[in-house]
Amino acid sequence: MSISVPDKVWWKPIDKEEKIWFALALIWMLASFFWMPVYHYIGKQNPSSESYKVTREQFEKSATDFIQKYQVKDANGAPVFMNNVAVVHPPAGGDAYLVAKAWAWDPVLELEKGKTYRIHLSSLDFQHGLSIYPLNINYMAIPGQDYVITMTPTTSGEFPILCNEFCGIGHHTMVGKIIVK
Amino acid sequence: MADQDFRTCPTTGLKVHLPAENLIKANAVAAVVLLLIGGIAALGVALTRWPAVHLLPADWFYRMLTLHGLAMLIAWIIFFEIAGLYLGASVLLSARLAAPKVGWLAFVLMVVGVLLIAAMVLTGQADVLFTSYPPLQAHPLYYLGVILFAVGALIGCFIFFATLYKARKEGTYPHQSFPLVTFGLACAAMIAVVTLLHGAAIYIPTLLWSLGLMGMDPSAYRLVFWGLGHPSQQINVAAMISVWYLLGTLTVGMKPINQKLCRTAFVLYVLFINVASEHHILVDPVFSNAHKIWNTGYVMHLAVLASMIHALAVPAGIEVALRKKGYTSGLFEWLKKAPWSNPAFSALMLSIFGFGFMGGITGVTFGTEQVNITAHNTWRITGHFHATVVFGTTLAFMGVTYYVLPLIFRREVLGMSWAKLQPWFFGIGMMLVSGGMMLAGAYGIPRRHWDIVNFGGSPFAFTWDPTVFMWLGVFGIGALLAAVGGAIYILVTVGTILFGKKLA
Repeated sequence: MSISVPDKVWWKPIDKEEKIWFALALIWMLASFFWMPVYHYIGKQNPSSESYKVTREQFEKSATDFIQKYQVKDANGAPVFMNNVAVVHPPAGGDAYLVAKAWAWDPVLELEKGKTYRIHLSSLDFQHGLSIYPLNINYMAIPGQDYVITMTPTTSGEFPILCNEFCGIGHHTMVGKIIVK
Repeated sequence: MADQDFRTCPTTGLKVHLPAENLIKANAVAAVVLLLIGGIAALGVALTRWPAVHLLPADWFYRMLTLHGLAMLIAWIIFFEIAGLYLGASVLLSARLAAPKVGWLAFVLMVVGVLLIAAMVLTGQADVLFTSYPPLQAHPLYYLGVILFAVGALIGCFIFFATLYKARKEGTYPHQSFPLVTFGLACAAMIAVVTLLHGAAIYIPTLLWSLGLMGMDPSAYRLVFWGLGHPSQQINVAAMISVWYLLGTLTVGMKPINQKLCRTAFVLYVLFINVASEHHILVDPVFSNAHKIWNTGYVMHLAVLASMIHALAVPAGIEVALRKKGYTSGLFEWLKKAPWSNPAFSALMLSIFGFGFMGGITGVTFGTEQVNITAHNTWRITGHFHATVVFGTTLAFMGVTYYVLPLIFRREVLGMSWAKLQPWFFGIGMMLVSGGMMLAGAYGIPRRHWDIVNFGGSPFAFTWDPTVFMWLGVFGIGALLAAVGGAIYILVTVGTILFGKKLA
């Protein structure tokens, strides 16, 4: 009985069935344990671990400079906005900034298919969560940390991005966009 | 030993220490009251997330979500576990509970803590959700409430250990080996101490930060907070599996197949499960990949090995016990003739299925570095922990209540025909809730989100794959079924305590 004191000697040999089960489970666990680090080296989709400490002011300034420099211009030379958010075309293969703030993503990034970008992700206020639909890629945007995610878009189209970490009463309105051409 | 402090249980022959019994009753009643509060909040949250209803306005949705998390995940479960610890140490060992007066102090601290939390949340001064990630800030009294609750729970754990020590010294049980259930609960209590110390390490600085006395780094908060947040679920795992063994014994007379292996598995939990908490921060900046892989790979899989041992030992123990009753024809006669009309047994079996197959397997998968990129902060995570903590732990605790009522409260269970249906409503409901959440989450539906249809009128609003809405419908119907199951549980429990026929 599980609720009564066991026999004086309860350290008894394990039955064959339980031994087989235990061995199978152990092998499975060891395989899982080895596979995760192995896949980290042979796989092509791993979480980034490149990040830098940054003050909110520094990050905001870098992002503003980036937006001013690379904002898309229309035929008349006027800067292009989408829903009042700047549309920015970063240099192919270069650095791009994506700012999370309550409650918007800034800017709308316009990327080129097949080119690799270093996306700098951070927040100016609360913790936010970057979620790219429909690919379902999710990363945290934390104030005080410049999180560099190296990304190569392989499909063209428009990809909505939303916030999936609670950041206050307007959290659900925090939607943006990444465009891949 | 002053015998007037004890009564002998006519069913089990155990000697029950009356001051311990009163504390068990108080903590169990508090647990059920908080289950009711958390359940009402749950219904509000579920009916808002189901787009067909979308009941609450945004501010009340987030407020109810905060209340739901704290009332269920913290208050209901920990009050019930404290009752379980007192039962495992005092009743199962026929021992005197150490320092019952201190036990009442712990109870009062926990109640005051919960009242502070509820007051701050309901007055809109703590709209920070369960995780209260800084720089989102709540009123200092909110953090104080959490600290008071945790201190109370910690005192409860120490009373448990002191009772074990006293029982051993006074020789209330033979040859110094605990019953398996007490052993499992002792492991749960050890995990609880480590977890609650993490809680102190994060909530005390956060309280000082909310008072303006110190700074707070959001990344450091996340690391230490999850040293509290996930291990607190490991307390539930160890306690729930102890309850599985308890229910197996009470319902079909199950014996552990091999005490050595079961107990080793519990020890594996203590050694390893507490460390594996970084799967919450796999897609965070700051921490290196090596750090994350070590924590979520090596350490976690040794804890999962423990779960695999119980995954054979518990069902096999039930099968052996039923075959001994003569149900030996074919492979499955034992399963067919099992006491399915006993709500404690059906709760046990559904809990094993929910925790193991839906909760455990998904949890291990989502904790993988690469899979986590597609699961983090989506509804898949919410689905996973509703399968473990609600479908698994809560249902097991509901099942054991049908024995606590006659054995501890000494009342005949009222409305038994309703009680027989209760685990099925709750279990099938939670299966649909967890499944709906995980499948919608696989499409990217975020957790903690008020409006996935119009995004509060954002000009960037977009439309989801329409399949999502089918899973949201499955979730909504499941939530209603689970609410019916929860309501029956509360009516039966409260009805029995107030009006049930008194037993000798």
